[in-house]
Amino acid sequence: MSFRTIIPFGPQHPVFPEPIQLKLAVEDEKVVEAIPGLGYVHRGLEKGAELNDYVKNIYLAERVCGICSFIHSWTYCSCIETLLQVEVPPRAEFLRLVFSELSRVHSHLLWLGLYADAFGFESLFMQCWRVRERSLDMQEAGGGGRVILSTCTIGGMRKDLDEDMRRAFIKEVAEIRRDFQQIMTPFFEDYSIKKRTVGIGVLTKEDAQSLGAVGPVLRASGVAGDTRLLGYGPYREVDFEPVVEAGGDCHSRGKVRVREVLRALDLITQALERLPEGEIKTNFRGKLNGEVFQRMEQPRGEMLYYVKAGSNRSLDRFRIRTPTFANIPPLLKMLPGCDLADVPVIVLSIDPCISCAER
Amino acid sequence: MNLSRARSPWVLHYDASSCNGCDIETVACMTPLYDIERFGAISIGCPKHADILLVTGTINHKSLRVLRNIYEQMTEPKVVAAIGICATSGGVFHQSYNLLGGVDKAIPVDVYISGCPPRPEAIIDAIVMGVEKLKKKGKEGLAGSAEASSG
Repeated sequence: MSFRTIIPFGPQHPVFPEPIQLKLAVEDEKVVEAIPGLGYVHRGLEKGAELNDYVKNIYLAERVCGICSFIHSWTYCSCIETLLQVEVPPRAEFLRLVFSELSRVHSHLLWLGLYADAFGFESLFMQCWRVRERSLDMQEAGGGGRVILSTCTIGGMRKDLDEDMRRAFIKEVAEIRRDFQQIMTPFFEDYSIKKRTVGIGVLTKEDAQSLGAVGPVLRASGVAGDTRLLGYGPYREVDFEPVVEAGGDCHSRGKVRVREVLRALDLITQALERLPEGEIKTNFRGKLNGEVFQRMEQPRGEMLYYVKAGSNRSLDRFRIRTPTFANIPPLLKMLPGCDLADVPVIVLSIDPCISCAER
Repeated sequence: MNLSRARSPWVLHYDASSCNGCDIETVACMTPLYDIERFGAISIGCPKHADILLVTGTINHKSLRVLRNIYEQMTEPKVVAAIGICATSGGVFHQSYNLLGGVDKAIPVDVYISGCPPRPEAIIDAIVMGVEKLKKKGKEGLAGSAEASSG
């Protein structure tokens, strides 16, 4: 006869950089149920956006999440561009692809580091973050900020890449690839990592689809679901196919992200080599009219924006559905049946971004 | 005792309700390029071990209690640093219905660092300034206990 105990996991926990609470019902060492407690990072951003002028909301949209801030600003700008019927110059679209894939590289490297730290590989954590600094340097050189760039604006981009910088970027991408290839082997082959991750936190293909998993969590369960396949922006003009792994466990989720870093570096090189000449910004005027949905692929999965135009330069409704929000039900499916010691690894394996999810 | 505390401060990081920008810069300080271990500082998960508390983000109604809890669990002497403009005054979210304002509404703050997000150099500066405060507080604490024992 085993006792059922409830263990609070979080909100302040060494594994999480952000606060989320999971109440874990355990019997002996086995988790039987997980009850999430959210709201520690709720900032009321959607309501805040309705009080502002729509141009000022770019800054707010970037601060939904500091990790994937560029893609948030791109999605918001693309919504407003649809409402204003502004055509974005092709050069700006390609620059947006470069920065969004750069933010994917830095987000995945950040996550791989935290993931390594979760199963005790501190040196691997440091190595991942060392490589990540190179991508941040690129963002700073091309965009102006290390993590929050403020370079995407309605109608295009604020800053252009000159020819020298374009060549320097291509070279730097090759060096990031070389550095990363030196440290990525443990995620595939290391015995201890396999011991901690293979067969842990399994999400079957059917569960992934029925619970609405998105992003790397979905792709690690053998489903080739990726919003970039819709071909928004310049994605229809570059060679792209999603990374898929079949295992559905923590190890597969790690492998998907390692391979996505390489895929993203490849996309950046392609975009920089094909970068069209021309303007980087279209001027716009007029009033917002109507409503729009926009889906884009974040490092963590599909994100959905809904913008409804209001009178007098403000928005009537601003709604964001972020990937972590969609990935919490699959997480609650993965947890029951696992050991208490595996909980940090499983929770991290969905790459929880609580700031996104709670806004 | 006071010298060794100043040479090896343990740092605790809590995200009160930030957008992650400051958090990842705080963690970046602990990694090879910026490396706060040069100053003897190391990141720790347990509030009871920590000397310096780095708070990012404004506080909302739910994180207020958690933050106070963490602060009360830390042993004296302790220093609190507010990282980023949100932790200082509310920043870009100042209009929000759910936020109370800067971290100083909940707990006493010793060091303020602005920026959205602040650069890692600024965060390192906050830790170094925090260490100075820690030394001062340690001395005052010693003087206080000496008076108490002699009195």
